[in-house]
Amino acid sequence: MFNVLDIRKDFPILSRKVNGKSLVYFDNAATSQTPQQVIDTIVDYYSNYNANIHRGVHTLSQEATDLYEQARHKIQAHFNAKFSHEIILTSGTTHSINLVANGFSSLLKKGDEIIVSALEHHSNIVPWQMLCERTGGILKVIPMNEDGELVMSDFDNLLSENTKLVFVNHISNALGTINPIEYIIEKAHQVGAAVLIDGAQACPHIKPDVQALDVDFYVASAHKMCGPTGVGMLYGKETWLKKLPPYQGGGEMIAEVTFEKTTYADLPHKFEAGTPNIAGGIVFGTAIDYMNSIGFDAIATYENDLLDYATEKLLAIDGLKIYGTSKNKTSVISFNLENIHPYDVGTILDKLGIAVRTGHHCAQPIMDFYKIPGTVRASFSFYNTKEEIDILVEGVRKAKMMLS
Amino acid sequence: MTIQDIQNEIIDEFSMFDDWEERYQYMIDLGKDLPLIEEQYKTESNIIKGCQSKVWVHAEMKDDKIAFTADSDAIITKGIIAILIRAFSDQHPKDIIDADTDFIDKIGLKEHLSPTRANGLVSMVKQLKMYAIAYQTQLN
Repeated sequence: MFNVLDIRKDFPILSRKVNGKSLVYFDNAATSQTPQQVIDTIVDYYSNYNANIHRGVHTLSQEATDLYEQARHKIQAHFNAKFSHEIILTSGTTHSINLVANGFSSLLKKGDEIIVSALEHHSNIVPWQMLCERTGGILKVIPMNEDGELVMSDFDNLLSENTKLVFVNHISNALGTINPIEYIIEKAHQVGAAVLIDGAQACPHIKPDVQALDVDFYVASAHKMCGPTGVGMLYGKETWLKKLPPYQGGGEMIAEVTFEKTTYADLPHKFEAGTPNIAGGIVFGTAIDYMNSIGFDAIATYENDLLDYATEKLLAIDGLKIYGTSKNKTSVISFNLENIHPYDVGTILDKLGIAVRTGHHCAQPIMDFYKIPGTVRASFSFYNTKEEIDILVEGVRKAKMMLS
Repeated sequence: MTIQDIQNEIIDEFSMFDDWEERYQYMIDLGKDLPLIEEQYKTESNIIKGCQSKVWVHAEMKDDKIAFTADSDAIITKGIIAILIRAFSDQHPKDIIDADTDFIDKIGLKEHLSPTRANGLVSMVKQLKMYAIAYQTQLN
């Protein structure tokens, strides 16, 4: 049974004070907080298992390797990948995207097209711009509408036999819009293009099934799913991962090395050069276990309830405008007060112990679309409460009074 | 008045406040009185990098002293820059270069001094001092 007060006991940080006030943490879309179970696994790893993996004959190394590979299996099961070697452990979503972008530089030729969406995070735009510069490829953009949704009819028109790759986030980090990725994947496959979905913002809320989606690549970060920073994953269909060249050279990724030629290791190690974030990988597995123990259906129901409650309460404030008004969205509210800079609102809220994000959220094109410098973004997680939303609403009213 | 005198005056003013709310309210009011930069100087090259809000600063030499004007699209940032300008404007370049900024800490705005802080107070101070260095070089 979902009980938020019990869940909150798992998160030690939620009981700390900030600026003399009880912390209200609404910056979950930037990073989620860490439950005790995850913290304990980190301590346990360094206390009992710390060793380098995949190469030692000694017991510690064997045990650490087993734990690391168990985590890979947990991630495989969570995302329903067909094989565990289709899960590449990376340093996070940005690393995963760059790995794919780099791989495509040997597959793309001049005039080939890559489609991205207008709702992308900067980390999702820059690697493709760099790829196009290297290969002579062309970057096309699916436009957005006033509600912060992608315009699918325009997407249909962008697709052609020149399209080689489509890249879209599952959920927009700045607005919370859930994009119609099933449709995008199906249409892209009809013209023979591969699809990479950035699930960084989706995975805290949704349990994606990569086989049901038939997606070619799917990426995520552990630190938005109650896990540690510095670790994430790339799912790639086996056929694609075999086709892509290695990203970085180093230990772990080789089978045989002479000065004449090196042969690469099999998947997944081909893409995992060097000593990985071993504790991070293991704990990623623990974080996934934790979230599944609460259950993604329960999480979605609860967070949607928080979203509806917060939307209604915030809209009752005169002069407050919400950006991103799709019916299909997760528990993210991006807003501004009329004639008040988001930075000012964020500063006052911080003094009240309320953590929100302000600025362009690394999604400047979206801010340009709305002709605003940025927004205040409050993003809710399953461990937040309606009482905390009341504190936010009161804080926004206070900020408005002080700043007007 | 010397920069030090002005800074002491600002410290005195802020010492009257009991809590952050009064301090911030005062800072917001100071922002409203900021000597506004002329529209023609609100250019891309006068924007201080490193601030989440936009900050424009313009400097002019008058009788061997530097006069600063500024503006920002965020009111709290405007208050911070107003305090800095009050301390540093209409002073000799050398005095600006030598001045320290401990008074920011003393008026309870220490949190804005962190170099990673999005408002870039550190960038603002650096920019004012850069102008002073540039004018000092001219005087030499």
